[in-house]
Amino acid sequence: MADAVLASAPPVISYNEEVIKKFTIAAMFWAIVAFSVGVYIATELCWPDFNFGLSFLNFGRLRPVHTSAAIFAFGGNALFATSFYVVQRTCRARLAGPDSLHDFLFWGYQFFIVMAALSYVLGFSRSQEYSEPEWHITVFLVIIWVLYAGVFIGTLMKRAEPHIYVANWFYLAFILTVAVLVLVNNASVPISPFAAKSYVVYSGVQNAMVQWWYGHNAVGFFLTAAFLGMMYYFIPKQAGRPVYSYRLSVVHFWSLIFLYMWAGPHHLHYTSLPDWTQTLGMVFSIMLWMPSWGGMINGLMTLSGAWDKLRTDPALRFSVTAVGFYGMSTFEGPVMAIREVNSLSHYTDWTIGHVHSGALGWVAFVSFGAIYYMVPALWKRSGLYSTRLVAWHYWIATLGIVFYISAMWVAGIMQGLMWRAYDQFGFLQYSFAESVSAVHPYYVIRLCGGLLFLTGGLIMCYNLIRTVRSPSTQAGTAGLPAGLAVAGE
Amino acid sequence: MFKLNHEIIEKNVLVLLVLTVIVIAIGGIVEIVPLFTIETTVEHVKGIRPYSPLEMAGRNIYVREGCYLCHSQQIRTLKDEVERYGHFSLAAESMYDRPFQWGSKRIGPDLSRVGGKYSSDWHYGHLRHPQALVPESLMPRYAFLEQTRLDYSLIEKHLAAQRVLGVPYSDEDLANARQDLLTQANAQADQGLLVSRYPKAVAVPGQPGFPSEMDALVAYLQVLGTMVDFADLGVEKLQQ
Repeated sequence: MADAVLASAPPVISYNEEVIKKFTIAAMFWAIVAFSVGVYIATELCWPDFNFGLSFLNFGRLRPVHTSAAIFAFGGNALFATSFYVVQRTCRARLAGPDSLHDFLFWGYQFFIVMAALSYVLGFSRSQEYSEPEWHITVFLVIIWVLYAGVFIGTLMKRAEPHIYVANWFYLAFILTVAVLVLVNNASVPISPFAAKSYVVYSGVQNAMVQWWYGHNAVGFFLTAAFLGMMYYFIPKQAGRPVYSYRLSVVHFWSLIFLYMWAGPHHLHYTSLPDWTQTLGMVFSIMLWMPSWGGMINGLMTLSGAWDKLRTDPALRFSVTAVGFYGMSTFEGPVMAIREVNSLSHYTDWTIGHVHSGALGWVAFVSFGAIYYMVPALWKRSGLYSTRLVAWHYWIATLGIVFYISAMWVAGIMQGLMWRAYDQFGFLQYSFAESVSAVHPYYVIRLCGGLLFLTGGLIMCYNLIRTVRSPSTQAGTAGLPAGLAVAGE
Repeated sequence: MFKLNHEIIEKNVLVLLVLTVIVIAIGGIVEIVPLFTIETTVEHVKGIRPYSPLEMAGRNIYVREGCYLCHSQQIRTLKDEVERYGHFSLAAESMYDRPFQWGSKRIGPDLSRVGGKYSSDWHYGHLRHPQALVPESLMPRYAFLEQTRLDYSLIEKHLAAQRVLGVPYSDEDLANARQDLLTQANAQADQGLLVSRYPKAVAVPGQPGFPSEMDALVAYLQVLGTMVDFADLGVEKLQQ
């Protein structure tokens, strides 16, 4: 009987791991760039003279560099790396297409990032948030994205496993939806085939709605669905436990991707967008709380029976804390989407704090957890160079996030209250300028939080470099947990 | 009886793919398509006109420099906002805005109705050195805009591209785009023809013969929020 099982065991498949290594290195490189630019523009908001009078160092030109580097360069490369890692292993198939195609994807995507960043600092921008590159750069991105979808779907099609593992549903939804979002939101007419300037086909109120349908689902699919895919593979692997509930993953997948697409109008409360659209956006945003917490519960409960691993595996601590931050942000989000709350929070730093509790606490932390797990596996090392350094990174980065988001809560609520405050005679109590100087101390605290987070990132880079440079110690997958049946393997 | 079996979906890539696309398409279709078909989405108010060539050039500089990252152009229907900034923004007021500049964050104040609120000289001084006029300001200095000659070599193409998208620029507007731009950038010139085409356009006191990027930006700022005549506006016209 045992012999029969062994005889039917599938042969060892050679995965394309070289391209995953490249994407992982790129993710760390762009992480440092994104954090550094963030720290720099936070400095400019404390002391505006830090732009030294140079047009290309102005906040307005660097802010898209920061957001694009964080979302598309750091997040994007982390998603390329983990999606290729996960899809090959859970399908027991080498990536579809020739290796040269995968390398083209890698270099093409880096080229897109560099072109986009350069275009912002040189003064080319569509000014639609998280969708700033001009039309010719977008055309190039679309080519890359279609090839990415082809490789990913092709790998799913040639899988040797009967089931498509849940992580891949999320990655697939992310790839498809981002394609739809980019195509619709970037529809524009160039003024000339030779000029880097175009006019978007929608105007005014429709443009606003399309943009925030795009913008909120860039959050929903790029920064949420895809990273949930990461969670569904790496947390079970790190914990050595199967996913808590299969049924919950089915329900939460379909409800999440359905409800997210309705939430955009909560960015436009009390604006010239018609009330019916605002109300729909608000209602669906509140409903979205449920599938979000379904995902959180599924991630956290996967640790049932393995909570002790948090003491010994600081990389798992990153992943689990990430899920905690995910739960917090996806509760805060629906609250801020309620019209009356939004009347206070909108246009203030509360929004900035909310975004960063998601971006730093969820997206970055779950990526850190996955990368700490992947690097020894990819480079065939028995473990990381130092788990103590991982613990240092964890606590420094967590402290940084706490500084950041609590400073932004205070600053944001203060701005909101000052803008609407009336004095005893019924006049507005504060000038706008007074609200600007009032938040200065909190901007400095935010800067300190950002510096801590950057420091953590640098510690991580050092640790990973030392890991890769240490002699190869691992034969096969002997270093992995015994329960290999989990997570589809 | 029909039994929902998820196995079919998760064993078949194409089924999963098609169902996913259907599920994600619904929300956007329901929320976006009616905004194009419901006639009252954009109110019918008098006074809204396409941007003059100089204003449009200035608007593109506003977009390029990322001004929208600190300044909203959207006064919400809240008492304090209306008292601070003026009448709440109408959808009609951004009907020719490509891209819209409603913004999402106020590091500086809302600019929807900044037109006419300060003199053009104030704007020049403020853009050169914001802290000289508003000590608390976090705004960068934009003195370089004054030293940069405005590139208007493609101005007709800008108007033409917008006309393709439905902005009512006439042949005459296109033919005179260059002249209109230079006229508005020179307060000494006769503004009669320009103002007949673009009512309420504000001529800016630039250096003659050197239309700068700052001239264009100030011309744009000075028209913001000034087009609608609110005295002639009843509540019934604002129903969406």
